[in-house]
Amino acid sequence: MESVLFYLFSAVLVGSAVAVVTVRNPVFAVLFLVLAFFTTAAIWLLLEAEFLALVLILVYVGAVMVLFLFVVMMLDINLVPLREGFIRFLPVAILVAIVAFAEIAVVLGPQHFGLEQIPSPVAHAADYSNTKELGRILYTSYAYPFEIAALILLVAIIAAISLTLRRRPDTKYQNPAVQVEVKRNDRVRMVKMAAEKKVSHREGASS
Amino acid sequence: MNFVMPTFLPALPEIFVLTMACAVLIADVYKSEKNPFITYHLSLVTLLGAAVLTVMMHDAEPVITFGGSFINDSMAALLKVFIYLVTAVVFLYSRDYLIQRGLFKGEFLILGLFAVLGMMVMVSAYNMVTVYLGLELMSLSLYAMVAMHRDSSVASEAAMKYFILGAVASGFLLYGMSLIYGATGQLGLTEIASYIKASSGHDLILVLGVSFVVVALAFKLGAVPFHMWIPDVYHGAPTPITLFIGSAPKIAALAMVLRLLSDGLGGLHGEWQGMLILLTVLSVTLGNVVAIAQKNIKRMLAYSTIAHVGFIFMGVLAGSPAGNAGAMFYIITYAIMALGGFGMILLLSRAGFEADNIEDFKGLAKRNPWFAFMMLIVMFSMAGVPPTVGFYAKLSVLSAVIDAGYVWVAAYAVLFSVVGAFYYLRVIKFMYFDDQDDNTPIESSPDVRAVMSANALAILLLGIFPGTLMGMCASAASVAH
Repeated sequence: MESVLFYLFSAVLVGSAVAVVTVRNPVFAVLFLVLAFFTTAAIWLLLEAEFLALVLILVYVGAVMVLFLFVVMMLDINLVPLREGFIRFLPVAILVAIVAFAEIAVVLGPQHFGLEQIPSPVAHAADYSNTKELGRILYTSYAYPFEIAALILLVAIIAAISLTLRRRPDTKYQNPAVQVEVKRNDRVRMVKMAAEKKVSHREGASS
Repeated sequence: MNFVMPTFLPALPEIFVLTMACAVLIADVYKSEKNPFITYHLSLVTLLGAAVLTVMMHDAEPVITFGGSFINDSMAALLKVFIYLVTAVVFLYSRDYLIQRGLFKGEFLILGLFAVLGMMVMVSAYNMVTVYLGLELMSLSLYAMVAMHRDSSVASEAAMKYFILGAVASGFLLYGMSLIYGATGQLGLTEIASYIKASSGHDLILVLGVSFVVVALAFKLGAVPFHMWIPDVYHGAPTPITLFIGSAPKIAALAMVLRLLSDGLGGLHGEWQGMLILLTVLSVTLGNVVAIAQKNIKRMLAYSTIAHVGFIFMGVLAGSPAGNAGAMFYIITYAIMALGGFGMILLLSRAGFEADNIEDFKGLAKRNPWFAFMMLIVMFSMAGVPPTVGFYAKLSVLSAVIDAGYVWVAAYAVLFSVVGAFYYLRVIKFMYFDDQDDNTPIESSPDVRAVMSANALAILLLGIFPGTLMGMCASAASVAH
């Protein structure tokens, strides 16, 4: 049963991964990537990595890919120049892909990573929580790397703000404080004018 | 599960730099118009304090803490002190240039300090996760610093290239690390080393992992054929950032090479030695030959970096403590030389004028004989002319590689460094034998002048008395083994 599910998910995963790079519409490509992440999460569930599987869906599908989808839909990218040379470079690309695949297959094949070399892990009991175990190890043995990872996020925030927050004279940014503080006299100017004679009958009727 | 609280004391310099970087971050928001240099002074104090703490925390015996993620040994202390020193000089040289161009913002200092923190983590890393995270912390800060000059399209292009290629290199590093983890089941460098020692067999997975790691290291240091980003980034980035990228991070990158290849994968020396020989030969050739054709001095120095990286890999490939010590000596002195070279470009630049063409050095000897002499020392040292330190650095690496039995590599490298002498000497020819086009007097603050003079004289002094620094490198390399 498990191996049937595994092959089913793997087939979907490989198929959607191929589709990501081959479909013409970038929105479909993003959606296929979502499918690929989803099936990866399913395979991780089969490996008893429930926490990581859920995080994959929450973080990648829920946040990153949705953002991607927005970017792809909002930016009006002209795809024709991007696709130029696709056919021309295809033979070289296929050759490189085949060579790389063969090399990796030689090394990562079952003769090195088979069940004889690395025995199948024993399934844990139903009440075993790998979330708890991950948390335990993350905050004890790996506290130092964990803190550095947090720092990387801080640097990312600083970098993003320093690169995007700048006052250009041509941008029409809003200043809510000024907007709230505004007085009637700043916006409306009362002008005294002499009354004019009515010009048209229709305007006179409506008023 | 038994968990013993680790001792935090060996990591005191890191904790101090982090705290101070956050303090600078806050001070930058609240600083008043009256005192715009408070962040700058705070940053220098941070680096000074970190140096003091590093020397205080230094112990002859290596201290390992945080469950094997962190090591404080002689190599870490030595390289960290030089990282602080180089960064402090970078901040000083950059100040006037950045003020003139309206780029002197707190972010430069804050990102610089975080990059220093990343380098410290790399230098002290003792398992693969920490090596990678330190590298990312440093690189992310550097990418943002390159992009900081938003109005310059060249800088944005350089930042984009640097970011994408750097991300690819990190991917290679991670893949290599995951293969090594898959083969050994260990993340700690000592555990990996002892696993390799125990299994004498020829492990194909490990070798594939090692080759990915070597590719990533070559990428980060900029060895041929993974050098493409160096000239564009050096040329496109604002000169102070080029100065920073070309100096301190190289020291950290060498530390990463020594930790991974020598400490962790030293048992596979036979496997990675061939790869390093190839990198050395290609880098020395391409760096020296292509530099001849450059008209922009930043590009020229970028290609010269590639050639120097070839020499550094030559020290590492010997695989002996003497070779590692030579590589360490070389990278430290190279960082000091790069400070002098790029610092001189900053010194000659003024508002609205970049002195980044070799032609801009024409007649410098008549404009300002003292700085021309300083540049002469820097160029002689990069070319490897005695009695400057460049000669001694090359000598120590070459003797290590000859002891390892690779006389032909040494002979080849010497041959191409003779070729390379041409473009360094051409700068000197421009300075001393050509007429000046530009008569503007050089304006700079007295502190910059003093440090620049000290910088060049240090190159001369270290060349005449290399013993102290070489001794420190030798003891650091022997303890690391």
